[in-house]
Amino acid sequence: MADYHWPPADHRALIGKRIKRIDGPQKSSGDAKYSYDINRPGMLWGKMATSPYAHAKITKIDTSAAEAMPGVKGVVTIVPEGQEVFWAGQEIVAVAADTEERAESAADAVKIEYQQLPYLVADTNPQQAGAQYTKELANNVKGNPDQAFQQAEVVSEGDYGIPVITHCCLETHGQVTEWNGDDLTVWASTQGVSDMASEYVGGLGEQGIKIAANNVHVVTQYMGGGFGSKFAADSWGIACAQLSKKTGRPVKMMLERDHELMVAGCRPSMHAHVKVGAKRDGTLVAWDSDTWGTQGPQAEGSPTLPYVLQVPNVRAKYTAVLTNIGPARAWRAPNHPQMALISNGAMEDLAAKLNMDPVDFYLKNIDLAGAHAKIYRDEFAKASELMDWKSKWHPRGQGSGTIKRGLGLSIHTWGGRGNMSNCQVVIHPDGSVETNIGSQDLGTGTRTVINIVTAETLGLPLGGVKVNLGDNKYPPAGASGGSTTVSGVSTSTRMAATAALNDLLAKVAPSLGTTPDKLEAWNGKIQVVGDPSKSIPWKQACAKLGTASVTGTGRTNNALMSSGVGGVQMSEVEVDTETGIVRMIKHVAVQDCGLVIDVKTAESQLYGASIMGICYAIYEEKIMDQATGRCLNPNMEFYKLASIADIGEIVVHMMQGPGYDERGTIGLGEPPVISPGAAISNAVANAIGVRVPELPLTPDRVLAALGKGGVA
Amino acid sequence: MSSSDDKPRPNSNGKPDGSRAKDPAKDPKTKKSGADLSRRSFIKGAGIASVAASAGALLADRVVEALPLPQTEGSAAGVVGPGEVPVTLRINGKMQTLKIEPRVMLLDALRNHLDLTGAKKVCDRATCGACTVHIDGRAVYSCTTLAIDVQGREITTIEGLGTAEHLSPMSEAFWNNDAQQCGFCTPGFVMACTAYLDHEPHPTREGLERSLGGNLCRCGTYMGIKDAVLEAAKSSKAKGARA
Repeated sequence: MADYHWPPADHRALIGKRIKRIDGPQKSSGDAKYSYDINRPGMLWGKMATSPYAHAKITKIDTSAAEAMPGVKGVVTIVPEGQEVFWAGQEIVAVAADTEERAESAADAVKIEYQQLPYLVADTNPQQAGAQYTKELANNVKGNPDQAFQQAEVVSEGDYGIPVITHCCLETHGQVTEWNGDDLTVWASTQGVSDMASEYVGGLGEQGIKIAANNVHVVTQYMGGGFGSKFAADSWGIACAQLSKKTGRPVKMMLERDHELMVAGCRPSMHAHVKVGAKRDGTLVAWDSDTWGTQGPQAEGSPTLPYVLQVPNVRAKYTAVLTNIGPARAWRAPNHPQMALISNGAMEDLAAKLNMDPVDFYLKNIDLAGAHAKIYRDEFAKASELMDWKSKWHPRGQGSGTIKRGLGLSIHTWGGRGNMSNCQVVIHPDGSVETNIGSQDLGTGTRTVINIVTAETLGLPLGGVKVNLGDNKYPPAGASGGSTTVSGVSTSTRMAATAALNDLLAKVAPSLGTTPDKLEAWNGKIQVVGDPSKSIPWKQACAKLGTASVTGTGRTNNALMSSGVGGVQMSEVEVDTETGIVRMIKHVAVQDCGLVIDVKTAESQLYGASIMGICYAIYEEKIMDQATGRCLNPNMEFYKLASIADIGEIVVHMMQGPGYDERGTIGLGEPPVISPGAAISNAVANAIGVRVPELPLTPDRVLAALGKGGVA
Repeated sequence: MSSSDDKPRPNSNGKPDGSRAKDPAKDPKTKKSGADLSRRSFIKGAGIASVAASAGALLADRVVEALPLPQTEGSAAGVVGPGEVPVTLRINGKMQTLKIEPRVMLLDALRNHLDLTGAKKVCDRATCGACTVHIDGRAVYSCTTLAIDVQGREITTIEGLGTAEHLSPMSEAFWNNDAQQCGFCTPGFVMACTAYLDHEPHPTREGLERSLGGNLCRCGTYMGIKDAVLEAAKSSKAKGARA
């Protein structure tokens, strides 16, 4: 990379170190104000009346009783009479009242009559669902799978599946809206501050309210979790702005917990019957998969199977099942955890049939991973060491007693190329520095990373820089999805800070009797490169600016980043074969993402993704009831998440140094959440000797797989 | 159906004794109750008198402290609401008088009426702990505690522990160990962990896992939280220290 401009390893003060997140004190003291926490003078509370039916036509809406209730200030219809709703929980009417309790009562008092229509909510295969609910989206053939299977010496066949889960963001979706003349301010809980104005321009336009994008001010200083579900204004955002307009008052409308779990994001299910064949020495030769999944009312895209390992002969079919469960939303690494489970599950079953240690099996075939084969080799070595795999691993189902231990592994990949961002770095004559960027920090550490890159570039301590983001008045930056933010904003910040520094160096050079190209910013000084004795402290250097600040601008720069990561994870579990309870003993996550800006927040991504993966591997499922069309567990006691006692020991490792740093920045948020489901499922299979086909690995499913009468 | 019944689960009564920061079984105030009495769905629209009557009948096996009941002008003796009534709360050492309906939960009183937004509304039914505050030094789910019920009690919110500029020892330990990502569960966890350390100054990893199961995090910050609790326990200034 000729244009590589990150500082070399021996000349980094901050990049690649363990640095505490800069907004940590605000978060851990409760001072941080999330959108949900914004209270405005005269603010009203909004609540919504929603459909109890999975599919129905609205025949009558009567809001008169609600409007007559004390404290009710405004009502807006979202779906009018005569139109259909397509999932239970769909928003129909929004009301605003002067207290939250009164708004809730008023929403309950809205009378809506329905004509019920046919629906499908169950996670049902295409044959059972019937033609009207199915859509074949892929039937791909590569090489000659039929012939390859004939030549295969060992063939393994199995079923693998993962149900619909939801995002369960702790801060529910929603916003506070406030009009001031023609200007609308939205404190949104969003992953895309810079893109959100267009959502309101479009959504309000459909409701007959004309507004220009430059009249929409969007603020998201802190965000309580999105995981891919918070990009749109959504019906509640538009209705909230309408209520504000109608009442002339600010309105806060955040989803109730049950509503959040019902409608604000369904990760598609994926189920497959897989046949995979290899030679006796483990060389993969053929793959055949018939895959289906429920995607909500719309269906698009299809999985890429097999995953990571590009088997030479493949047949892969995919059929989407359309359901009335609410729209699918991107869930951290869309499709990848499902593909990883299906593919890595099938590979582990094949390795077991070959009597091979899965590590040996993967290494035998790792060249099928293409360009990143070397990364996987490095990561297998590191993960095996951290798990102590060689001494712990045993062939399937061995071990005495009723409580069995097992090991499993999984590999994954992700792109993670940085998205477009614009950044502005301002150096003031008093030496203070601000970095302005229309990005957002979802908790991934974006603020901290921008601070590190600015400070590193200007030779300053972290505290010498103020980072301003989470507001669309700053230069536009892409939405935070697909692991694109930290990589992108790191490069635009680097460019902007370098541009601002160059202007400063031009002002300072004469006083050091040299030219700007001979100067560098390091350790709080501007100094002659290689001669620290010729230097001027930062503040004095900035004073030479007189009264005018200098501003550098930068855009995401491909020369400073790349894409494509690997990742290896290993799990150790204990399974009680009498109760079916799966307990995490240890989980190892080894991950690359090119140049790591902040090791501490990067490691937190690995810890967090591992735990999120434990959640969907063992606990999470959105349970739909075909009889009523409703979700049975839209709450946090029956929509299970792992607690602090459920995670076992977690060991993480970020690959760094030669071979990684020179790739520049690459995204990290998605990849580590991909593998836990497969690694844990494989560990359970290794422990008990049989595959539990479906996640989550609940006691009933484990007992059913053991032939002990479970109901799965 | 999803199940993880092996994990510690709360008593979900949400009364002041709804703490899981301490072992409820060992606390004489926390005998089991028969019903989810303080769920807003139950209380919604009801005057406080009917709630008190039901509570008296159904909670006979537990110690429920007598609370001074405010009165609405012109109402029958002992009956308040459903309209707004004055409610006086002692929060972070300061007396605050609000005019709220009797059905208002402590969490909503704090967030909506006093702009004390550190405690978060997440599950809204005593499962996740994001709303945790201290009442008389015990960790409590404020989402299922009626504000009117905790008059005369000492209420401490995360704002009472410290500020971003003057972090409490536990908040500082959370920062040091990156026990936060989106941060929405963090204040509740800090409150639960602070109450836990007050109760158990020499925690073990196993002990804290058992005792902190009443709070949930979605980003996955549990590893940092475990380290934070152990660090705060070691830090001498953490011993009983509150800002």
